[in-house]
Amino acid sequence: MSAFLVITFSGIALGAIYFLAASGLSLIYGLMDVLNFAHGLFMTIGAYLGWEIATRLPSSFGAPALITLAIVGATLGGAVAAGITELVLIRPLYGKPISQILVTIGLDLAAVGLLMGGFGSTALQIPVPLWLIEPTRIGSMFLPNANFLALGAGVVVLVVLEWFLARTRYGIIIRAGVENREMVRALGIDVGRAFTLVFVIGGAMAGLAGILYAVVFSGDLISPTQGDSLLIFAFIVVVIGGLGSIRGSAVAALVVGLLQDYTSFYIGGHSGWAQIGNLSTVLLLAVVLEWRPRGLFGRVV
Amino acid sequence: MTDAVAVSDLHVSIAGSHILQGVSFNVPTGGVTALLGRNGVGKTTTLRAILGLVASSGQIQVLGHDVENWPTHRIVRLGIGYVPEDRDVFSALTVEQNLRLAESSAAARYDDVFSLFPELKQRARQRAGTLSGGQQQMLSIARALLNDRPLLLVDEPSKGLAPKLVSEFASVLERAAEHSTVLLVEQNLGVVKRLADHVVVLDHGEVVHRGGAGDLDDPALVRRLLGVAGAA
Amino acid sequence: MRTWVSRHVGVVIGAVALTLFAVVPFVGVHVAWVLPGTLDIVNSTGTLEVLALCFMFAGVAVGYDLMFGFTGLMSLGPVLYFATGTYVFDIALTRWAWPLWPALLLTFGVSLVLAVVLGAIALRVHGIAFAMVTLAFAQAFFYLIESNPHNLTAGDTGLALSYTRLPSFLSGAVSNTRSLYWLALAFLVVAYAVVWLVSESVTGHVFVAIRENERRLDVLGIRPYRFKLISFVVSSLIATGGGVIYILVIGTAVPSVVASTTVTLSILIMVVLGGAGTRWGAVVGAMVYIYLQQFLDKVSAQPSFTTLPAFLRVPLSEPQFLLGAIFVLFVLFAPGGIAGQVGRFRAWRRVRALTVDASVDQ
Ligand SMILES: Nc1ncnc2c1ncn2[C@@H]1O[C@H](COP(=O)(O)OP(=O)(O)O)[C@@H](O)[C@H]1O
Ligand SMILES: [Mg+2]
Repeated sequence: MSAFLVITFSGIALGAIYFLAASGLSLIYGLMDVLNFAHGLFMTIGAYLGWEIATRLPSSFGAPALITLAIVGATLGGAVAAGITELVLIRPLYGKPISQILVTIGLDLAAVGLLMGGFGSTALQIPVPLWLIEPTRIGSMFLPNANFLALGAGVVVLVVLEWFLARTRYGIIIRAGVENREMVRALGIDVGRAFTLVFVIGGAMAGLAGILYAVVFSGDLISPTQGDSLLIFAFIVVVIGGLGSIRGSAVAALVVGLLQDYTSFYIGGHSGWAQIGNLSTVLLLAVVLEWRPRGLFGRVV
Repeated sequence: MTDAVAVSDLHVSIAGSHILQGVSFNVPTGGVTALLGRNGVGKTTTLRAILGLVASSGQIQVLGHDVENWPTHRIVRLGIGYVPEDRDVFSALTVEQNLRLAESSAAARYDDVFSLFPELKQRARQRAGTLSGGQQQMLSIARALLNDRPLLLVDEPSKGLAPKLVSEFASVLERAAEHSTVLLVEQNLGVVKRLADHVVVLDHGEVVHRGGAGDLDDPALVRRLLGVAGAA
Repeated sequence: MRTWVSRHVGVVIGAVALTLFAVVPFVGVHVAWVLPGTLDIVNSTGTLEVLALCFMFAGVAVGYDLMFGFTGLMSLGPVLYFATGTYVFDIALTRWAWPLWPALLLTFGVSLVLAVVLGAIALRVHGIAFAMVTLAFAQAFFYLIESNPHNLTAGDTGLALSYTRLPSFLSGAVSNTRSLYWLALAFLVVAYAVVWLVSESVTGHVFVAIRENERRLDVLGIRPYRFKLISFVVSSLIATGGGVIYILVIGTAVPSVVASTTVTLSILIMVVLGGAGTRWGAVVGAMVYIYLQQFLDKVSAQPSFTTLPAFLRVPLSEPQFLLGAIFVLFVLFAPGGIAGQVGRFRAWRRVRALTVDASVDQ
């Protein structure tokens, strides 16, 4: 029973990171019809920038300050990378959705290649404070502190994002644009700015997801292709949740994270079943598509 | 006095079909100019081309500016209110948010539009998607009137509405036309006769008639141009 | 005669290129400029192997063009069917010691079932969601292969092909590189012919209509779904053929090489680089891509390279960076790919010829 609760908690934490990775993707797609293949790259850039910060700054800062700065830096790095991408590569291709996908694919390949050249393809270790590795004892259970970090980040981002979309002018422009981009233009609003903004927001969440995934789930290790593997799960979450829906992404991320953790814990131990966690998420995707092609919360696609 | 809108040799092709084939007309400043024609002749496309929502070639002058290749938001900011054919209110947003989105300056006339459409005030917090068709049209018109715009482009405001609402909207537009220029696309001949000062008739992507509103009193002409009985 | 040639310039170039490539294994000239470094003899084993890979990818790319370029379906999962070709064939021959023909039959049978079932599910969504779903399916297949179920795939270690049940001319000996080379060339010809026949048929015209405006077909009472599935399945079977050629030529299947998303992206880039929806563009794109990849690899292995400053050496020594950057530049500045540029050049020449004629008339 206690094992079950620990697994559940870890699945929820994984879901929180999937939410961070997926919701920006979903928002970008919903507003701009762009499948942003470089979203995985933004996660990777975040992780590497975090690594640079955590290893380059003097250790006299202390481990907690370093990891905090690394997480903030990763978030900002993802945002900046995404903003530049939108302005330089996506903007010239407005109205050409296929070319926009292709250009993000090219960017992803080129930049991951560059990271491999610069940092090598072997994994790097992010130094983290001890308490992040230790568990907290609740009753008879030991819950990893890193999972609390992921969960906290996911909840905060969800709340802030919902507030932003519901209450601020730009949030309302974004929601209106998801529904009918042309009519937003016809009200005299420069939708292009909203496009840049969703890229920046999406990139920030991706950068955050990138470093948190490393710290929480991959033993503090980062590699140039880590973002691209995360991206696949972000895609799965986005399609299951419904393209363009933040709430859909949140629910789907939770479901996918839990499913993946349960299946790999309870089935994955048997020989030959090691990949069941990953496979089960794709199976869930197939089932959802058969049952409800537009996803849990999506409009018709 | 210059024209509010002057369109010359306007061509539009969408997905391989040549929809507008050299449309030329002008909208004199002040009053209502009606753009008429059978279903599918390209009236909506003409309005969308003026707004820069579809790619076009030819000359388009709006409120004294040559706006070819301008982005839509810049054209609109010259001072256009647009009521699209399908209302296009944002269904996920509340009535209030729909209006807030349209607001272009602090001078937005909320009191005026709420006195025109008191129902919108009562339903300010209701999601626009849950409004009836008529209420959505109110919101769409309110959005266009919220800012004091010198030019209104209005696309079939009476489409699919009950006669009582049709005449209510006609009065609203009549009053708006007192200080704005209105380019009105409308199928309801009664409304057109009541509002229009000038008429432009499209057929097969070309202008086939230009004249005063009095031309609509000739049943033979109306039948030939619009394919409907003139006595509506 | 001149007009016939100029009107069918593509056919002529294709026939000449095919003939030249078919006789390459018989010539033995040194051409140091083909690839820098070691591979400087046209019919050396290494060069023939690279060319065979070119043909194989060209065939797969043409197949992908049928789905992407002609039908407008952006699948991000062709690698699934490519890997099916490689692994099922490899497993049948190596693990079960099946003879050639039953192994081939099984391979294409499995691929057909997978393409029909997975295509039918993925095609429930459109556009970008379709791209995401096909990617997810392909990734699941990758995980499956990596997990070495029932010790069939050998996982990350890779599964070497056992040649014992193959006819002697295909067995892995170096002296057989020639026959494998011709086999790959034959695969390209067959793939090209299939795509040509399908795309020029009535079905192919429906594909193009789907690409141009899917809604309009619904109005005409044509259900696009079935046609999209046909396009998907034909394209997938061709990818499977490519996978079989691959394992015959290379002799080992490793998941990260034959089953990862990288393969999908390579195919996509080949088609876009060459020019989608033109058939020959995909072939040229594949050739250029593989050549560039080999070339860049060799250049960065040159000893003189290490003397470059780091800010040049690091990016230039990563073929993936250079290919990605070239691709980005193409998408931004030459959207029709190589074929589009050739088309523009020919149009420009036609216009110039007309104006020259006109000035002569005066
Ligand atoms: N997005 C589009 N794709 C294809 N055809 C279109 C599109 N928009 C309009 N059309 C075609 O253009 C023609 C003119 O349409 P429209 O301007 O809406 O006519 P009207 O408003 O006069 O009824 C119609 O035949 C319509 O089918
Ligand atoms: Mg219309």
